[in-house]
Amino acid sequence: MLSSTADHLYWMARYTERAENTARMLDVNLENSLMPQDDNTVEQGWLAQLRISELEQHFFKKYDAPTQHNVINFMVMDADNLSSIASCLQAARENARAVRGSLTTEVWETKNLTWLMLQRHLKAGLHKTNPGEFFEWVKFRSHLSRGVTIGTMLQDESLNFIRLGTFLERADNTARILDVKFLAARNDDGSEISGEAEFYYWAALLRSVSGFEIYRKVYRDVITPDRVAELLMLQANMPRSLMACVKGVVLNLAEVRSDASAETEKFARNLYQELESTSIDAILKFGLHAYLVRYLENINELGMRLSNAFLVPMAVA
Amino acid sequence: MRQFFDEMYSSPSDVRSHYGDFQGWLGQQSPQLIEQKRAEAELIFRRVGITFAVTGDNEGNERLIPFDIIPRIICAAEWKQLKAGLIQRVTALNLFLHDIYHEQHILKTGLIPPEQILNNDQYRKKMQGVDVTLSVYAHIAGVDIVRAGEGEFYVLEDNLRVPSGVSYMLENRKMMMRLFPDLFARHRIAPVAHYPDLLLDTLRCSAPKGRDNPTVVVMTPGMYNSAYFEHAFLAQQMGVILVQGSDLFVDNDIVFMRTTRGPKRVDVIYRRIDDDYLDPLEFRSDSTLGVPGLFSAYRKGNVSLANAIGTGVADDKSIYPYVPDMIRFYLSEEPILNNVPTYQCRKKDDLAYTLEHLAELVVKEVHGAGGYGMLVGPAASKAEIEHFRQRVIARPEGYIAQPTLALSACPTYVEQGIAPRHIDLRPFVLSGKTVMMVPGGLTRVALKEGSLVVNSSQGGGTKDTWILEK
Repeated sequence: MLSSTADHLYWMARYTERAENTARMLDVNLENSLMPQDDNTVEQGWLAQLRISELEQHFFKKYDAPTQHNVINFMVMDADNLSSIASCLQAARENARAVRGSLTTEVWETKNLTWLMLQRHLKAGLHKTNPGEFFEWVKFRSHLSRGVTIGTMLQDESLNFIRLGTFLERADNTARILDVKFLAARNDDGSEISGEAEFYYWAALLRSVSGFEIYRKVYRDVITPDRVAELLMLQANMPRSLMACVKGVVLNLAEVRSDASAETEKFARNLYQELESTSIDAILKFGLHAYLVRYLENINELGMRLSNAFLVPMAVA
Repeated sequence: MRQFFDEMYSSPSDVRSHYGDFQGWLGQQSPQLIEQKRAEAELIFRRVGITFAVTGDNEGNERLIPFDIIPRIICAAEWKQLKAGLIQRVTALNLFLHDIYHEQHILKTGLIPPEQILNNDQYRKKMQGVDVTLSVYAHIAGVDIVRAGEGEFYVLEDNLRVPSGVSYMLENRKMMMRLFPDLFARHRIAPVAHYPDLLLDTLRCSAPKGRDNPTVVVMTPGMYNSAYFEHAFLAQQMGVILVQGSDLFVDNDIVFMRTTRGPKRVDVIYRRIDDDYLDPLEFRSDSTLGVPGLFSAYRKGNVSLANAIGTGVADDKSIYPYVPDMIRFYLSEEPILNNVPTYQCRKKDDLAYTLEHLAELVVKEVHGAGGYGMLVGPAASKAEIEHFRQRVIARPEGYIAQPTLALSACPTYVEQGIAPRHIDLRPFVLSGKTVMMVPGGLTRVALKEGSLVVNSSQGGGTKDTWILEK
């Protein structure tokens, strides 16, 4: 298939996934903010959302305080913010439009209708009057989009590049959430959170990746930070774990193998093997933050290699 | 008093026989149902994304071409006449193009003044002596036809460059079948859905010699082009790849596309880009839409283009008056379809007549398209007429004039209810090993009362076009 087509498919999937993950994070934080706590803690929670996407600086150029209203506005509909849900859904739709001939009618119509409905929701201000419902809607449209994609697309290269986009984006997003949440898991005085607060904190993180029920199933035990990290990183059958995402990348890469892709494949396999051979104890000993920073660099590098091997090479920033 | 032919009624109380069943059905439908169906149609068109991007609009507003649910119906006998006329006309135009770019017999006989061709902007000297597969130049023609009376059809324009609109023909039919399936049970309506098959067949047989299993692509200027939907639609329907110039490159006079598995050779390009933008090395050097080296590969016969380069010389408004002569010259037949009588302002007598009768005539720019740069005398204000007069006097060779035809009208839903609105018809004629078409075309309708301009850029709408099989 055309490199430019593969590129559009890949980015279509990445943006769709990004919109979903942003909605997930915001939704959980919204729920968290309803817990009894002081205003400062609430703002810290919203601030953490910006940190996850490395958008703090950008945000403070336009807004003075990280209030719920401001952060939701910035992360949902701000056209200047290329990672806002509106920007992502628009980019997903534009990419789909550019290659609509490579998509099934159902996939295209799902992306297009999502975008059309988004305009209506934003105009009606649903994200302000009922943000929870809005985030549910974004998640649902993403589920629908993924289901329609897997359920209607021919299982050929097109689907492989779509899946590559989904897995790579998710591999990035899960790691970011985990990193920020671990860094922020402290009280104002620097002490580690404990007791009830600890439960709600980690439960919220789990819910943001649809992992709460999975955690219960896998561990049948109380929620502890190291197990949460283990689940989100190393649990191979947890669909949003780093392990599952990198595995998805490796498998799809093998399907689209070309003369120029051997190095990229090897790079992805190494990343997978590293996750496979390590343990959560080893990671915590190494330092979770340091580990995730390195991991995110690798994911970024993998994305670059993928673009250079198959897609439209990315301009060096 | 009626001054135009009404497609549905022969008099206010008499329905034409081929509209009988439809009119009976329409009478039984409640206004609420019709309103609901119209809303449903709009919703579906938006969801499918059959929209126009409006230039300079960042709000994400995309326009729909209004779709009218009252079909334009043509009876079998009239279609037979139209079809024969179209095949005849397009055959002659292709023979003309081959002749012009080879021996130029028609110029030697003096039937057309040579300078009319050789000095025409649309004549591509680079194409002189270049052989194209099957000697076909205009693989796809979108001939604009209007009706003035019973059995009286006129060709307005031949559109041999990159005619668009066929996707609307196909989508309008799909929409009507979806909204009113019972209508299709009541009528024997000739199907049109096989158009992409015929198109693919036409493109494949136009491949360079020896390329037995040719790779065909559709080339688009990109997603911001107003006809992008159609480009993507046709590529998808034919199951071929949609490319932009940046996806292609030329190596050693062979055209390749960049794929995820390396370069792949391309044999036939159905290009929806004007000649000028195809190859920056040969035509407009500032074009970023084209492919450097494409023309050289084309001239060597290593790739086919549909339509060929240089077809514009045959559909130019200044050449249009000669088409009936071409039919007589190349086919030794009398033209089946009428040409609209045309005054060529470059001729002294014609200019004088035009200037005297501006208020009655339609005056067109020779190179204009899309309903721009045109004066409809009877509908224009005095000031507009005077303004146009100055333009014609300043550059007479740039204009032609034609009598204002009483375009036929078809009942159409408008704000006030159902009212007659003027229509035209664009059938799509395919030329490969043979000349083919699907029974039908795109009917465009001028939604403004009294307006004769059907172009979508000027607020026109479309209708489904039914050719009855009996």
